Amino acid sequence: MPVMSYIQAITQALHEEMERDEKVFVLGEDVGVRGGVFRATEGLYEKFGETRVLDTPLAESAIAGVGIGSAMYGMRPVAEMQFADFIMPAVNQIISEAAKIRYRSNNDWSCPITIRAPYGGGVHGALYHSQSIESVFANQPGLKIVMPSTPYDVKGLLKASIRDEDPVLFLEHKRAYRLIKGEVPEEDYTVPIGKADVKREGTDITVITYGLCVHFALQAAEKLEAEGIDAHILDLRTVYPLDKEAIIEAASKTGKVLLITEDNLEGSIIGEVSAIISENCLFDLDAPIKRLAGPDVPSMPYAPPLEKEFMINPDKVEHAMRELAEF
Amino acid sequence: MALEKITMPQLGESVTEGTISNWLVQEGDHVNKYDPIAEVMTDKVNAEVPSSYTGVIKNFVAGEGETIDVGELMCYIEVEGSAIVGRETISKENHVSNEVATPEVEKDQSMKTRYSPAVLRLAQENDIDLQQLTGSGRGGRVTRKDIEKILSSNVDSETTKTISQPSKKTVVNHEEMNEKNYYNPPAPEPQVIETASGDKEIPITGIRRTIAKNMVRSTTTIPHAWMMIEVDVTNLVKYRDSEKTRFKENEGYNLSYFAFFLNAVAKALKKFPQLNSSWAGDKIIHRKEINLSIAVARDDELFVPVIKNVDEKSIKGIAKEIDTLAKKARKGNLTPHDMEGGTFTVNNTGSFGSVQSMGVINYPQAAILQVESIVKRPVIINDMFAARDMVNLCLSLDHRVLDGVICGQFMSHIKDILENISSDTTPIY
Repeated sequence: MPVMSYIQAITQALHEEMERDEKVFVLGEDVGVRGGVFRATEGLYEKFGETRVLDTPLAESAIAGVGIGSAMYGMRPVAEMQFADFIMPAVNQIISEAAKIRYRSNNDWSCPITIRAPYGGGVHGALYHSQSIESVFANQPGLKIVMPSTPYDVKGLLKASIRDEDPVLFLEHKRAYRLIKGEVPEEDYTVPIGKADVKREGTDITVITYGLCVHFALQAAEKLEAEGIDAHILDLRTVYPLDKEAIIEAASKTGKVLLITEDNLEGSIIGEVSAIISENCLFDLDAPIKRLAGPDVPSMPYAPPLEKEFMINPDKVEHAMRELAEF
Repeated sequence: MALEKITMPQLGESVTEGTISNWLVQEGDHVNKYDPIAEVMTDKVNAEVPSSYTGVIKNFVAGEGETIDVGELMCYIEVEGSAIVGRETISKENHVSNEVATPEVEKDQSMKTRYSPAVLRLAQENDIDLQQLTGSGRGGRVTRKDIEKILSSNVDSETTKTISQPSKKTVVNHEEMNEKNYYNPPAPEPQVIETASGDKEIPITGIRRTIAKNMVRSTTTIPHAWMMIEVDVTNLVKYRDSEKTRFKENEGYNLSYFAFFLNAVAKALKKFPQLNSSWAGDKIIHRKEINLSIAVARDDELFVPVIKNVDEKSIKGIAKEIDTLAKKARKGNLTPHDMEGGTFTVNNTGSFGSVQSMGVINYPQAAILQVESIVKRPVIINDMFAARDMVNLCLSLDHRVLDGVICGQFMSHIKDILENISSDTTPIY
């Protein structure tokens, strides 16, 4: 099986889907001739031409709006927000139109759009290039939010998102793009949306997280194994709607749960995960549910020491995991 | 300077554990030797624990409300060492004692009785006594993994498996029994008593718990039998009435009827040692000493202090001890020593107007005598009515140790003594 980077898995998925279904097309800022600022759409313009790889004006509302309209007419658009931070002008389109159209039209219309957006910090991007925006969209029934952590999941989930009959927000951690590599099958496969995945089996503590933090947890778990601490790691993969069954199972397994997100703590995805656990697992819990997240400050700082302070890293995760194991 | 341990003292002959009701000092306080440092509640008394050393209280190992065994560590105290020692030796000693003591001091047990929902559930489902476990978590906390480890080791060994599943075995027995048409009523399950709105919940105190435990033990293990006799105490009443004012003036406390009854019981026990005894499983023990337990109530607590060697004491001596013990009990000053060694119990039920009652034997004694109210009643003597002072004496007996005949003789003997009481037979001094 070939080893490829996180971003290569995205490119490959797009290639394969555009080949498979001529209704699939991409649109976004600089996705065409330039191949995207991160080169996620590299080679698509050359292969599929300007009618299926559209360079758009700097207007996120229009990117989403055009995508939504074409999706309602039967196309399969993959719209790219250059940075997740820029999605804000498109929120009305996404929440009020895309997420609601099936309900509003009494099932006459649907909106099978995929909106890709790179999120996350640790790249000295500061305010407009580092935010985690998932919690803004995470209570909008009708919308799905996918946040994969490995190249394998990226390819499988992006294909599943494109084929999904409803709008999917596909969030990619920009620091994972070239940092994370993994084996990806060449053949066509999908990974089901809405299903979490156990990334490591363990018996002492349960870590539930998503995105880049999955890798921090895996690294910390490896270190802690030498100390006799055996961590169970669940990758949410889809953060909305949550895979309740998998969360309950993972939390019940050890009774000691650490939840991690790079997002600001209050109001983040893991708050909801915590609620699911406390509603369902009281008599299996052996310790208070613990959360590790970014501080409640307006944005990722630009100064490197402050950015480091804000970001989740393997040391912070390791410390929190050990604390919980020793409780 | 050395770190010394203060342990739970033995606060009575059969006391095995004590509950720290509250610490009277704080960590860091300086205390002198014999200063009270904690209030401890045992199943017999509430007592203060004195410090065994002069020094500074370092850290509490047992928390308030915690029950620990006699001899177990309560707290550490830093004691100032002997004064004239070379500086080098001090530092050296310090170093050594630190090395030795630190591991124990650092063994923080503050979380020992903090149980997580998972731990409580597993303990209940599998009938595990959490107090017995040593936890591997922070502050000595028992973790879910600790319990799971015990459970998996239980499953491994076949023997413990049968022990840990007694309920299943009982069920099998029932079925076998049913085949032979025996009916074995199942042990009653404790019923949840609901509180209605407006009801008041009163927590069970240590003393109340002990009373409950002793009463259940006595009534479930001792086959009780009862008898009652009627005694004409007109002579006693006259005798006491003629003496009581002078006695009070001379001695400062009351000449109570109860003293005369105790005196009579002691004499009768001397003649019938069978009643001054205990059932000990494979034997019956006749006690040599005649130590009478008397029941004294205070608020909602019941104590049974003991008057020792009653057969060797005069009426005055007995009256004095009754007075002392009753005062102590009312003030809550009874010591474990006051409660020890009873061989037979006499209960003054008449003091609150009862004329008939069935006493519960004070385990492990063999009998208890209830002295009821003295009431004036018409009695026929020589075919004529006479107004006499009558009293009922009720005896509860352990039918394993005693039978009706011997108890009847014992009771008649008491009756004989009481009816013939006078300054000649029973001098007060």
